[in-house]
Amino acid sequence: MQSNRNFLFHLYMGLFLAYLLIPLFVMGGAAFNASKLPTIYPWKGLTDQWFVALWNDNRIWGAFRNTLLVAIAVAAISVPIGTAAAILINSISGRVRSILYGLMVAPILIPGVVIGISTLLFWSHLSIGSGLHLSVLGQVSYIASFVMLLVLARLQSFDPSLEEAALDLGATHAQVMRRILLPHLYPAIGAGAAISFFQSIENFNVTLFTRGGADTLTVYVFSKVRSGITPTINALALLLILFTLGLAVWYEISRRRKERIELAHEAEGLRAEAAVH
Amino acid sequence: MEHLLRRYGMTLTWVCIGLTFFWLAILVLLPNFTMLESSFRPYLAKVDEGGPLDFYSMGNYLKVLGNDVDFTVFGFVFQVPVRLKVFFLTIVYSAIVTVITFIMAYPLAYYLAKIVSPKSLPTLFLLLFVPLWVSEILRSFAWWIILAFKGPLNAVLMSLGIIDVEIRWIAGFSPVVIGLVYTYVLFMVFPLYNSMQSLDTNQIEAAEDLGSPWWRTHWRVILPHAKPGIASGAVMVFMLSAGSLLVPSLLGSTTSGWFTQTIQEIMLGSQDWNAGAAFAFMLLLACTLFVSLMMRVFGVKLSDIAK
Repeated sequence: MQSNRNFLFHLYMGLFLAYLLIPLFVMGGAAFNASKLPTIYPWKGLTDQWFVALWNDNRIWGAFRNTLLVAIAVAAISVPIGTAAAILINSISGRVRSILYGLMVAPILIPGVVIGISTLLFWSHLSIGSGLHLSVLGQVSYIASFVMLLVLARLQSFDPSLEEAALDLGATHAQVMRRILLPHLYPAIGAGAAISFFQSIENFNVTLFTRGGADTLTVYVFSKVRSGITPTINALALLLILFTLGLAVWYEISRRRKERIELAHEAEGLRAEAAVH
Repeated sequence: MEHLLRRYGMTLTWVCIGLTFFWLAILVLLPNFTMLESSFRPYLAKVDEGGPLDFYSMGNYLKVLGNDVDFTVFGFVFQVPVRLKVFFLTIVYSAIVTVITFIMAYPLAYYLAKIVSPKSLPTLFLLLFVPLWVSEILRSFAWWIILAFKGPLNAVLMSLGIIDVEIRWIAGFSPVVIGLVYTYVLFMVFPLYNSMQSLDTNQIEAAEDLGSPWWRTHWRVILPHAKPGIASGAVMVFMLSAGSLLVPSLLGSTTSGWFTQTIQEIMLGSQDWNAGAAFAFMLLLACTLFVSLMMRVFGVKLSDIAK
């Protein structure tokens, strides 16, 4: 009975993974099909023409550059804001804290369309026109929330007496921040920067309303899909997926290696202990 | 506050306050107030702004009325304004998407939290994360290919003998629902997994030892424990679905309007920013109501949802 039920669960897991991954294979496969429309059926023969077309498409490269610039700017602004906000909220309590916390979390729950429109209206009231700079500000307004949550979670495991000790030993305020608090937060800050970067690349709704005339990758792909699409997009998609997969595999390998090293250390410790006794 | 001053001194404290103020006031609150204020003002030429025509009214919100169309509910036909109908259907179909993702994610989250051996968890999570890193637009584009009239899905179904003629998938709301479920189901899986994982397995075993059938164990032990996860997942999926513009634009047809498409058409098509502000505010209001409803129903706090 038990193993029977587990078999069903294993099967479901397998089906679910197939459901998640098959569409990606379909999309990647279409990049090699000689058909003018992006599809894998009917198959009209293997070709690399779409990759050549992608390489020669200057608009895509411009959009790609814009996407990277926006993502770097968003990460560079969101990380200090999110970190500062987390440190601030961690040091207060009571009613003010819950109000501030609500305000800081709320942007995650605001639809992207609303963020885009409100950002556009506010800055145009100040006579600042649309463009990618507004996309950056709009994206920061909700991406900083993710950084704040990550850093706040990390602050829970921080031992404040370390700071007391440093102050007692004559450290300056800046030293306490730089040598004690920030090093403890680095993992969260790094994760925050990565999340900011990828969230920004993904973003469509905020960018669409604030971008002015500039293209980012998502906006460009979107315009392509509506106005006569060619498998060039599939070639681009395949490259992006492979890049992502590469990162994921690299992460997994380095994680396993770390685990093995830790295990080896542990075993060594045990052996040393046994030798002493 | 004194805590902050004592540790990091005057300058760093002010830096923290300044950055937080910039974020919450300049990037979040003021834009939303501006949007709310603009939504009550008429759309005027630059010269008329501040003139006698520039006064507050509900005019922009009333633009949601007008252009009546037929709306059939359980066989009854109503005359309903087209934009109101779109707004209503967006909410309804987003709720449907939320329910479907929950049904799909629940067994999976339970499997990941309680059944699978912890050794294979990292690999499984890695596989689950891959689609999450592929951008939303490419994921809905994949379904655009699959669901095409002469596309792979119809070909597979025909060759298996399940259907005799091609099905026109891209019609009505079903492709939008299919796309939204595929795009957002993982936002249901992970919160559910997180909440179930903290449940002591002994409680499940105790329930089973005391003779509880599996469905009652789920209903009385596991589901109540997973409440924060359900609320968090439901809020995320609903908000993302109702606010999605990519999926309905890509997979929708002429018969499936999504409210974000209405907003986009007004903002970027007719360039009526004031009406756009009013409609955006309606969407925001609907989402806020949904979040508060979820918090009330599941008895959780905002800090439980945002995890």
